[in-house]
Amino acid sequence: MNWFKYSAPAAFYPLAGRLIPWFWRLAFVFAAAGLYIGLVAAPVDFQQGEAYRIIFIHVGAAWMSMFIYLVMAFWGGMGLAFNTRLSGMMAQALAPTGTMFAFLSLWTGAFWGKPMWGTWWLWSDARLMSSLILLFLYIGFLALTHAIDDKRRADRAGAILLLVGVVNIPVIYFSVQWWNTLHQGASVSVKGSSMAVIMLWGMLLVALAMWMYTIAVALTRARIIILEREWRADWVQTLSNPESAGGTAGN
Amino acid sequence: MRALLHVIVRDLRLALRRPADIVSTLFFFVIVASLFPLGVGPDPALLRQLAPGVLWVGALLATMLSLPRLFADDFRDGTLEQMALSPNPLGLAVLGKVVAHWLYSGLPLAVLAPVLGLQFDLSTGALGVLTFSILLGTPALSGIGAIGAGLTLGLRGGGVLLSLLVLPLYIPVLIFGAGAVDAVAGGLEPQTHLALLTALSVGGVAFAPWIAALALKLALE
Repeated sequence: MNWFKYSAPAAFYPLAGRLIPWFWRLAFVFAAAGLYIGLVAAPVDFQQGEAYRIIFIHVGAAWMSMFIYLVMAFWGGMGLAFNTRLSGMMAQALAPTGTMFAFLSLWTGAFWGKPMWGTWWLWSDARLMSSLILLFLYIGFLALTHAIDDKRRADRAGAILLLVGVVNIPVIYFSVQWWNTLHQGASVSVKGSSMAVIMLWGMLLVALAMWMYTIAVALTRARIIILEREWRADWVQTLSNPESAGGTAGN
Repeated sequence: MRALLHVIVRDLRLALRRPADIVSTLFFFVIVASLFPLGVGPDPALLRQLAPGVLWVGALLATMLSLPRLFADDFRDGTLEQMALSPNPLGLAVLGKVVAHWLYSGLPLAVLAPVLGLQFDLSTGALGVLTFSILLGTPALSGIGAIGAGLTLGLRGGGVLLSLLVLPLYIPVLIFGAGAVDAVAGGLEPQTHLALLTALSVGGVAFAPWIAALALKLALE
């Protein structure tokens, strides 16, 4: 199987178009199930009361903000190594969603912190700081790639920045172990979890919903970016007016 | 090795021929440090507490201000292109420029810092550690800054963009640098912070020039 077949925008565009509705459907199913468990089925926490339900959004958003950055860095690395056009477009398409999740994780974290810790924000907490840096890195990536008019240079410069910033991800992940932080340690791990099963399910389902949503939105955005950048290509012209198929007519 | 020395000497000579650039960066540092006592009030206890952070942030901003010129002049007159074409790897030339940048920006900042620290009523021990931490930390600032300068080379609005890219990456240096001074002021040992600061600088100077060279090649295409 040729893995590079779909790295050509002309082949990727219709594939993405076919996949997007499915990812939307999965996102809605997971979101409905996860939110039902999280907001209705899960019992009230005996220590933390109703406010603990924020974690159903917070944990998923925080996971996604880190994961999307890793995926972007992966695409950046691929773009630098193989010089594929699609890689840069994928990184570009994921960036706004990643920024949104990074912001969401900080925002919901602040809402969590107020009732639980008595403060919105704590400057001495390593996880809070490294998550804030992650948001800054996303913003830096967006600012840099939008400031460069030459798309190829924009993609490659963005990729370099992504790969430099990727050192922050393990710092976020291990911050609760490396430093003595107010932010609690991981409740979920491969070996098992220290939470009630139903809460865990709620969290995982919402995280899955966010994952599916990210894919759907990123693919949609990638399709738009492809049209913007490749509008001169024959296949895009054919797409927009089928009569002049194969021709270079167009304005 | 000779190529490296050559770049360092050349950049230093160029910098010394335009001393106004270096001096204005230093005065920026002085002014920023002087603004804080005016802004937060003259209470010595408060100032002593703020000093490590204020001086470190000032050093960070002053370093950042001198970054756009790191490659811009050589880019404009074609020297950078010749460096890229030379048989020596471009990363080596960038390393030379980073070292030179530290010598004409980081080193003067470290010399100036204790004088400003006196204004903030820091103890002798804290002044020593402040100077030492700025000496140890600024190579990382020059190294990381080179990446940002390379990525934004020749872009419109490069200065603001550069600060967006570089300042988040400077945060660890700020934390450990100011942390070392804070530790001494609080009666603790600064070794851990200084060791981490040194690690950042060694890493920054060893790896950053090669990444910056990659970024420069994009700008030169």
